Amino acid sequence: MKSNRIPAIMLKEANHILRDPRTLLIVVLMPIVQLIMFGYAMNMEIRNLRMAVFDYSHTPTSRELVNDFSASGKFQVSYPNLPEDSINQLFFSRKYEAVLLIPKGFAEELNRLKKTDVQLLIDASDPNAATLIRSYCTSVIGRYNQLEKYSPIDVRTNILYNPDMRSAYFFVPGLIAMILVMVSALLTSIAITREKELGTLEQILVSPIRSHEIVIGKVLPYIILALLDALFILTVGMTLFGVPFRGSFPLFLGFTLLYVLAALSLGLLVSTVAQTQQVAMMMALTMTMLPTIMLSGFIFPIASMPKLLQLFTYIVPAKYYLQIIRGIMLKGNNLTQLLQPMLALIIMTVVMLAVAVKRFSLRLK
Amino acid sequence: MPDNSKSLMIQTTDLTKRFGRFTAVDKLNLSIEKGEIFGFLGANGAGKTTAIRMLCGLLKPTSGTAVVADCDITHQSEQLKTRIGYMSQRFALYEDLTVKENVLFYSGIYQVETSRALSVAEELLSEMGIDLGSKALTSSLPLGFKQRLALTCSLLHDPRLLFLDEPTSGVDPQARRAFWNVINRLAEKGKTVIVTTHFMDEAEYCHRVVIMQEGKAIALGEPAVLKNEHSVPNMQQLFLKLVS
Amino acid sequence: MQDIIQVRDIMHQYGDKTALEKISLQVSQGEIHGLIGPDSAGKTTLMRILCGLLNIQSGTVSVFDLDVSKKFKEIRSRLGYMPQRFSLYQDLSVEENLLFFARLFSVTVQERNQRLPELYAFSRLEQFKSRRAGALSGGMKQKLALSCALVHRPELLILDEPTYGVDPVSRQEFWQMLKSIQKGGTSILVSTPYMDEAELCDRVTLIYNGKVLASDTPTKIKANWNKVVFRVTSPEMKELEPELVKIIEIESCQRFGNELHLVLQADEAASIINQLETRFDEYMPMLEQIQPGMEDIYLSYMQAVQHKEPSHAG
Repeated sequence: MKSNRIPAIMLKEANHILRDPRTLLIVVLMPIVQLIMFGYAMNMEIRNLRMAVFDYSHTPTSRELVNDFSASGKFQVSYPNLPEDSINQLFFSRKYEAVLLIPKGFAEELNRLKKTDVQLLIDASDPNAATLIRSYCTSVIGRYNQLEKYSPIDVRTNILYNPDMRSAYFFVPGLIAMILVMVSALLTSIAITREKELGTLEQILVSPIRSHEIVIGKVLPYIILALLDALFILTVGMTLFGVPFRGSFPLFLGFTLLYVLAALSLGLLVSTVAQTQQVAMMMALTMTMLPTIMLSGFIFPIASMPKLLQLFTYIVPAKYYLQIIRGIMLKGNNLTQLLQPMLALIIMTVVMLAVAVKRFSLRLK
Repeated sequence: MPDNSKSLMIQTTDLTKRFGRFTAVDKLNLSIEKGEIFGFLGANGAGKTTAIRMLCGLLKPTSGTAVVADCDITHQSEQLKTRIGYMSQRFALYEDLTVKENVLFYSGIYQVETSRALSVAEELLSEMGIDLGSKALTSSLPLGFKQRLALTCSLLHDPRLLFLDEPTSGVDPQARRAFWNVINRLAEKGKTVIVTTHFMDEAEYCHRVVIMQEGKAIALGEPAVLKNEHSVPNMQQLFLKLVS
Repeated sequence: MQDIIQVRDIMHQYGDKTALEKISLQVSQGEIHGLIGPDSAGKTTLMRILCGLLNIQSGTVSVFDLDVSKKFKEIRSRLGYMPQRFSLYQDLSVEENLLFFARLFSVTVQERNQRLPELYAFSRLEQFKSRRAGALSGGMKQKLALSCALVHRPELLILDEPTYGVDPVSRQEFWQMLKSIQKGGTSILVSTPYMDEAELCDRVTLIYNGKVLASDTPTKIKANWNKVVFRVTSPEMKELEPELVKIIEIESCQRFGNELHLVLQADEAASIINQLETRFDEYMPMLEQIQPGMEDIYLSYMQAVQHKEPSHAG
């Protein structure tokens, strides 16, 4: 007998979604709030860094270097009239983020040897800011070297794909990855455990329905919902933050579908373990949100993590999805260039889905 | 249908279920006839729920066998499920769906034609004054309505055997009696009805009852006969006398 | 006897839904008073008003001769309330729950040390002292909830459906506990959807759709009922039943398994029974008068109310 029970489950599930304002709120409001948060609050560019300069050289050469710092637009340079040993005070009072020390023999040494040292002190109590300051300084000095032909090695840094280092370029794909995994895993696990709590699951289980019919019927509406959400974030990201889309759109959709399947399988797996909605929610959140933010390369580069954590990132679906959509959106990657992360996602999905369907037993324990 | 033992709807032989070291149902032997309203009585943990779950094909017995609606519960649970209806104590309806949506959902699950399902529903619900076209969500219905709707959803596929789990606890006496009148009519038409309950006044509506304790059947028979045998005025007294 | 609770003409509405419609009732000092009615009859609303948990919209309520709308704080310290369903901390142990409620009502340590063993003794929960409340069986949970409501030796206990969903054996034990609390001098107002529990109360109030159907001792309620119940059995039940249903003098004809229960007007009963015996002789009916159950009485009063004001059917 051909099975037509899936539409019955789907229709009912769609009704649940439409009738529950909370679900809709999560699906619509969460992306908006996150986009605003990441787009405006979590800006990764810093301007107007306060830099104190101690110029013991007092030469046109040294002033030229200082000028380059202020001309970069990132630094606000001032010359505090203080002894050198009060630098700590400067940092303690939070008046300056960086201090530049130009030694006495700066100009002479530079003329003679074509190379010399300056000392840069950075307040690293905010490590993220410190990293940025260092890279800004390096680029100012690098440019200075280049223009004045001082450096024996000519460093040319060429930043590709995101030349202005715009934050939006990395957080929009990251947000898509995070919100998809949350919507899919969280909502499906809640949808199934809710039926357990209400006792309606038992009512369905006494009917001749098969477990795959329940699973597919429940999951399909959420796939559609998740895909719509992905498109929504993408549109907002492109119009509001000018994020480019260089690759193929069908490819993006295909991979997004694959990723959603992986997330849904995770949600199903959670629902086979959790008995209540509350437990399911906690499990789904810890299994999706945290790894996706911390371990996917969304915010923190995987390469700079300890080895053990790096190993752990291999089981975070978002890691692969991020490689894929950053590849498609920012680099314009094609399918063959993305086979490796695709394979990883497929394997994860199949394994999780198999375990979930097997555990989703038609008989009660 | 061949042979004439077919007036039996349920026959269990030494039906047993163990969970680890705990024996929930211990060698249960029962024969329930077609058209009977049969009650499973017992305190919580007496084994009645486990027994019912086995008879519905939701749990596999540890040992022993049972034939329910001509199906072996261990090997033919798929087929069995098409022949039974199940209505639970908590009225397992979707509260955020309308009456009609609930009916359509269960007709989909049981693969019943929509028009047929709706006419069955119409017949069972109209006397309660429930309007199938109403936009009101199930959550807003009085308990008695919900109970009738749950019954309706479990009858859409015209099952031969109907399981009721504490079907009328907490509803008003009028709704309760109306409900039992429907059940009586179904039994007269040949449907077998199995009731599990620990409310002894529900037991009075049964043709025969089994009283379970610690997984075993400690009494079996017609309520009136059992009450007479133990000279007690009602099922509550009988139960307390037998169990303590 | 003095009234410990006095309710006069209480109305209560949630939005446009009327939960209580001019309810009046009295609970006397030292009695077990049953508030009997099905789901959504208005029992919980009434009890919440008595505890000062809901504002009084109209009418007057006094408990211990104190006005609930003004003195609810004093009243609350003298009564014990057990809300509907299980309302304790599932993740605390039996003992921790009891101690918590003792502190909540500022029971002194000496008094507590004396009280707890008493409560353990009569609830028989001592051996489960360190068990989490969530891991108790339904009946034991209710005993614990009752014990928590008794920690501060209240003069009045208000119990909202304490036996709901509890199995018959635990229900019986629970009622035995209530009787022994009553002996200690505490008055009890207890609600239940189960009509058969009416017999266990000193006095009962039958409540339906926010209205009082009757309020008296169970015996008097039965005596004042102007109807009687007959049991009919017959080897030809299938033929007999539809015939009896047609007879309008029979107020109700209900099938219970293998027997039928007929409700008749008391003054007409003898003649109707005579007629039935002759008319349906061929079916060999056995007719026998039986004690009415509280459900029979509730039902007939309920139908009388519905007749007076043809109510909403949908």
